[in-house]
Amino acid sequence: MVGRGAAVTRRTTLALGAFPAAFLALFFVWPVASIIATGLVRGGFAAVGRVLGDGHLAGVVWFTVWQAAVSTILTIVVALPATWVLSRFDVPGRSLMRAATTIPFVMPTVVVATAFLALLGPTGLLGVDLQGTVWIVLAAHVFFNLAVVVRLVGGVWAHLDPRLEDAGRSLGASPWSVFHRVTLPLLRPALAAAASIVFLFSLTSFGTVLILGSPRLATVEVEIYRRSALLLDLPAASILAILQMIGVIGALIAYSRYQERHSVEQALRPAGETARRPRSRREWSLVVGILGATGAFVAGPLGILVWRSFTVTGRFGLDAYRALANGEVVSVGTAAGNSIGFAMAATLLALAVGMPAAVLVAAKRGRLSRWFDTLLMLPLGTSAVTIGFGFVVALDWPVDLRASIILVPIAHALVAAPFVFRSALPVLRTIRGSLRDAAATLGAGPGRVWREVDLPIVARVGAVGAAFAFAVSLGEFGATLFLARPGSPTIPIAIYRFLGRPGALNLGRATALSVVLMIITAAAVGVVERLRPPGPGLF
Amino acid sequence: MRRLIIAAVAAALVAASCSRSTESSVTVVAHDFFAVSQDVLDQFTNETGIEVTILLGGDAGLIVNQAVLTAGNPVGDLLFGVDTTLLSRALDADVFDPYVSPVGGVVPPEYRADGVTAIDVGDVCINYDPAAFDPGVPPPATLADLTDPRYAGMLVVEDPSISSPGLAFLLSTIVEFGDEGAYTWRDYWADLRANGVVVAPDWGTAYYGRFSGAGGDLPMVVSYSTSPDAEVAFADPPITSPTTAVMTDGCFRQVEYAGVLRGAAHPQAARAFIDFMLGLPFQQDVPGQMFVYPVRPDAVLPDWFGAPPITPNRLDPAVIEANRDRWVAEWLDVVLR
Repeated sequence: MVGRGAAVTRRTTLALGAFPAAFLALFFVWPVASIIATGLVRGGFAAVGRVLGDGHLAGVVWFTVWQAAVSTILTIVVALPATWVLSRFDVPGRSLMRAATTIPFVMPTVVVATAFLALLGPTGLLGVDLQGTVWIVLAAHVFFNLAVVVRLVGGVWAHLDPRLEDAGRSLGASPWSVFHRVTLPLLRPALAAAASIVFLFSLTSFGTVLILGSPRLATVEVEIYRRSALLLDLPAASILAILQMIGVIGALIAYSRYQERHSVEQALRPAGETARRPRSRREWSLVVGILGATGAFVAGPLGILVWRSFTVTGRFGLDAYRALANGEVVSVGTAAGNSIGFAMAATLLALAVGMPAAVLVAAKRGRLSRWFDTLLMLPLGTSAVTIGFGFVVALDWPVDLRASIILVPIAHALVAAPFVFRSALPVLRTIRGSLRDAAATLGAGPGRVWREVDLPIVARVGAVGAAFAFAVSLGEFGATLFLARPGSPTIPIAIYRFLGRPGALNLGRATALSVVLMIITAAAVGVVERLRPPGPGLF
Repeated sequence: MRRLIIAAVAAALVAASCSRSTESSVTVVAHDFFAVSQDVLDQFTNETGIEVTILLGGDAGLIVNQAVLTAGNPVGDLLFGVDTTLLSRALDADVFDPYVSPVGGVVPPEYRADGVTAIDVGDVCINYDPAAFDPGVPPPATLADLTDPRYAGMLVVEDPSISSPGLAFLLSTIVEFGDEGAYTWRDYWADLRANGVVVAPDWGTAYYGRFSGAGGDLPMVVSYSTSPDAEVAFADPPITSPTTAVMTDGCFRQVEYAGVLRGAAHPQAARAFIDFMLGLPFQQDVPGQMFVYPVRPDAVLPDWFGAPPITPNRLDPAVIEANRDRWVAEWLDVVLR
């Protein structure tokens, strides 16, 4: 505790906390509170009774919660083997594979849902029709969220000191018990962080459930949309939004308690030191098998999309890409430029919010920091309609921002900041107090300790978070859709607009643009990861 | 680029010499499927000196709801895209500053509404794929035919609690079979359900996901009367005649309106833009950009744009407003639960 306490004075707390707190208060708490209050004032208590008395609602709430829990467990089970291979082994194609698992994460749900239907829908290639069942919804959630586990858990796993495991093995423990007793406890904070994000994402899943699960399966999020879209039953939407928020806060509090109890201080090693070649033939086949299976799972739906982009007009060729290039409806160049520009702005904002918050929460314990932690994660679990409508009712004073283009990166940053925060927090918590103490004993002042010990680590986890934030922004669709935004669209919005128009070429354009988004994502994430600051590394 | 500069200079000159409006910009709020050719917009700017900003925000329902939430303190100056099914909600919430366009006489009387201006007209109709029917089975001709077991499991409709064409089709069946009597629309939908009607959440999922005319597996879909023509216009390799067709019975007419938002920063410019939307350049641009009919009968349609012989069902916006929520709730009970 000496190491922690000494580093954080009241003044640093204020300096670190001010911007994140102000950002969240202005662009999250205030808009969301305004729209919910508007709904409640309009509806009064009668609405509460009407909504909660609807027998159908209990089913929706129950489905929302259990599918989110099952999606989370399945995602971890499917992702963990791949995470292990990608973070501990030095095999060819590793970085390609890591980029590939990120692509599903940013693809617009509409597009991925169509791809899943092409595989598992009424005319699916695999010959089974799972449309409208929970199975296809779960599969899609695992597909989308794979990257969350691979990146958040991999970010720690790649830096675990291999000597710990070696020691266990040399003491005669089986590989399973080494994993169970040594590795897993060290990974727990990161696993919990990933699980909390996957859970929130699945809990508030909208497009996936709407397209793959309709008409009978609905999450609370789908119901909120249903009440807000054509019905304008704002009181009901507000009550559902509160209900959703209670669930999200509950999950987050449970998570942060768990996190505090289980974070372990340890020395992290550079990834280059921990990754090795597979040693035996058996190990090689295990590694190749895991990569192959995960690759097939990711490549299936993505491959369908690519294939369709070449065949959608009825003959094999570049017709769809030519139609896209002629710039009717939207120009690809503009949409791509918008997407990348917004993503850069959103990434900077998300870093400015998420990093100081993570440093602060990692260093301070107690109720305040726990609430801060929860508040920062809350936007992930809040419905996009609520945020979008909240902006529209609240952000007209003192400056009318409602029609301003800057709301787009701000909305993206709200969703991206939790990723920055969550990818940084587990790593920052593992910085050993003894390292700081040693530095202090050697005569370094608190500032110097921070510069020499914490900063290099902060910079590196910042890069992981930045890659995530960038990807989140590229794929963000929900909150953007509900903003009144100037005409030129982002790529996901452009895809949505093409899909709303009849004609084979418009479907073709939507599909081709999805492939363009895939390529931009892979390239962008690759570039952001290369931007990791160089320097001597603690890890 | 050079054209752009010339246009800008011309616009500036016109603005300097034109005293019709002292406002130099206007912000149009519309749904995501609003589209207009750039040269038509430039024409407006050249004539009036008013720069146009277009804000898009989701589908028709969402923009109307945004307007209701911000009534009196709007995000833009005029709203385009409030349709028959949502008009009364917007009027009841006092969203608009009533405006009667001096050129409003070009709008046929049947489409006129208080305070807002009709811009375009569309029909939500069943589309079918003739090739998907067995030789002995003629495609259905009326709504009533759809409950015939010969058409079991062939139709996909959109969920009226989520999708605007879905709601229009529900309203069409309500006009056709009535809300009271021995056989109501509820009975009709119960029969459709028994006959295996498929419900999709939105138009895109229904049309591109399920309709065999667009690559799916079901021969009939709720879409627009113009969709078959759009299939011709947006085909590559080109085709000369539509491969899908429209069932002319049971269509529902939707009129899309534009209105000046109450509290607009540029009300004069907003009115000027509404007048412009009734002018022939804009009206004749409507079919190719939005696949609906211009409201003006004298607008020339593109030659690929047919006009199927339809006598659509219509319903008064006030009646829709008074019953919509109940009807949708009843539909959910009959069809999904």
